[in-house]
Amino acid sequence: MPSVKDLLAQVKKVIREVDPAEAESRRDDALFLDVREADEYQQGAIPGALHLPRGFLEVQIEGVVPAKDRPIVVYCAGGSRSAFAAKSLQELGYSDVVSMTGGFNRWKDEGRQWATPRVLDAEQRNRYQRHLLLPEVGEAGQQKLLDSKVLLLGAGGLGSPAALYLAAAGVGTIGIVDMDVVDASNLQRQILHNLDSIGDRKVDSAKKALTALNPDVNVVTHDVRIGADNVLNLMEGYDLVVDGTDNFPTRYLVNDASLLTRTPVVHGSIFRFEGQATVFDPYNGPCYRCLVPEPPPPELAPSCAEAGVLGVLPGIIGSIQAVEAIKMLLGIGEPLVGRLLAYDTLAQEIRTFKVRRDPACPACGPDAGEIVIAEYDQLCMPHPKKAPATV
Amino acid sequence: MSINVRIPTQLRQLTGGSGEIAVEGATVREALASLDAIHPGIGERLLDDDGGLRRFVNLFLADEDVRFLEGLDTPVSPGQTLSVVPAVAGG
Repeated sequence: MPSVKDLLAQVKKVIREVDPAEAESRRDDALFLDVREADEYQQGAIPGALHLPRGFLEVQIEGVVPAKDRPIVVYCAGGSRSAFAAKSLQELGYSDVVSMTGGFNRWKDEGRQWATPRVLDAEQRNRYQRHLLLPEVGEAGQQKLLDSKVLLLGAGGLGSPAALYLAAAGVGTIGIVDMDVVDASNLQRQILHNLDSIGDRKVDSAKKALTALNPDVNVVTHDVRIGADNVLNLMEGYDLVVDGTDNFPTRYLVNDASLLTRTPVVHGSIFRFEGQATVFDPYNGPCYRCLVPEPPPPELAPSCAEAGVLGVLPGIIGSIQAVEAIKMLLGIGEPLVGRLLAYDTLAQEIRTFKVRRDPACPACGPDAGEIVIAEYDQLCMPHPKKAPATV
Repeated sequence: MSINVRIPTQLRQLTGGSGEIAVEGATVREALASLDAIHPGIGERLLDDDGGLRRFVNLFLADEDVRFLEGLDTPVSPGQTLSVVPAVAGG
């Protein structure tokens, strides 16, 4: 029976090894795969490396690295476990795998770049376990969510489910803009709030609910009316806006500010039994003005307060907004950029339609002038820039 | 065979509650005229005084916005579905 030394020698005959210097020269194109145990990895690792402990390698690698021709540099602490790992990867069909001799210890001794990786603590690991099991999210994705900043416009029908799911998902900073107070008539659909919060500011009620759900989340409250005077400041520093506002002028204002600040907007809107959702990714897809060049006159566009809304409907649309927000933050899947999702509760049907960038769009088209943020009247048309104005 | 027009819930009081109406016509314009003949009054909710498509109503032939096809002159074929999707802003 062969000894471990014999076995390792046999393995090294069928794999390719590189020293840390050569490995480092491949940092731009190769995936660095750290196959050590969690406690070793947490002490320090090569920045950008993917951590997949040796014990999970075979069963998880295809989910994490589907492309079998992707160049991979495997390392462990000293170069033995990575040799075995490289052989397994070769047997699984990975065609460009090398093992790094001397491992992380030699890499570090030679003064090459390393860092202590940010890791989830035990509580977070448990809380986000179902995300960590998804290769498309995983630990790196979860960290990304924790680092993300999302601004919710409105803590009402759409904002409630969106905020709850984004907080539950571990989006690290959630800003909430709402100037309203909780009223008993809100509770038919605004599930962030409850009987105890009637009369409280919605932003405070929201913060209480979200913090109780997930203490990882920093909830930033803005008890203001969104206006031309504050919309740019409100959006500053956020990765993404979830639009749950309730009137056309504000929607146009949000659109124009999102173009100026290059902030993607996850749009949701509802009316009685039907809702719509889409994603406006500035200059990468259509904007709100490409989809709705002009608002309807007020007599044709009564608000939900006047016309009613099925309470569950914003639950569905707001949840779709949360899904889209997470996809955008993680860069996974096909977000609703250039597609309008329309949901009819009575028919129980969801349809998607194509939305295109309008070459004549007065806000994002090639001939559009510079955007000036100002209060909109009933027609919501963009304001022309007055030279030499400043924004 | 005819063209199906999907009516959103907010306009169904003009179609007697019906969500899908079968109409005739070779273009979007003719289809809308046929719709208005069956349910008078719905045409003016979709078209402005000059007969143009109102700017807050999107009409999708299958999944394409007719504004990016040939507008109201877009040819329609029997069996196709024309969806009326007005802008809504509630939240």
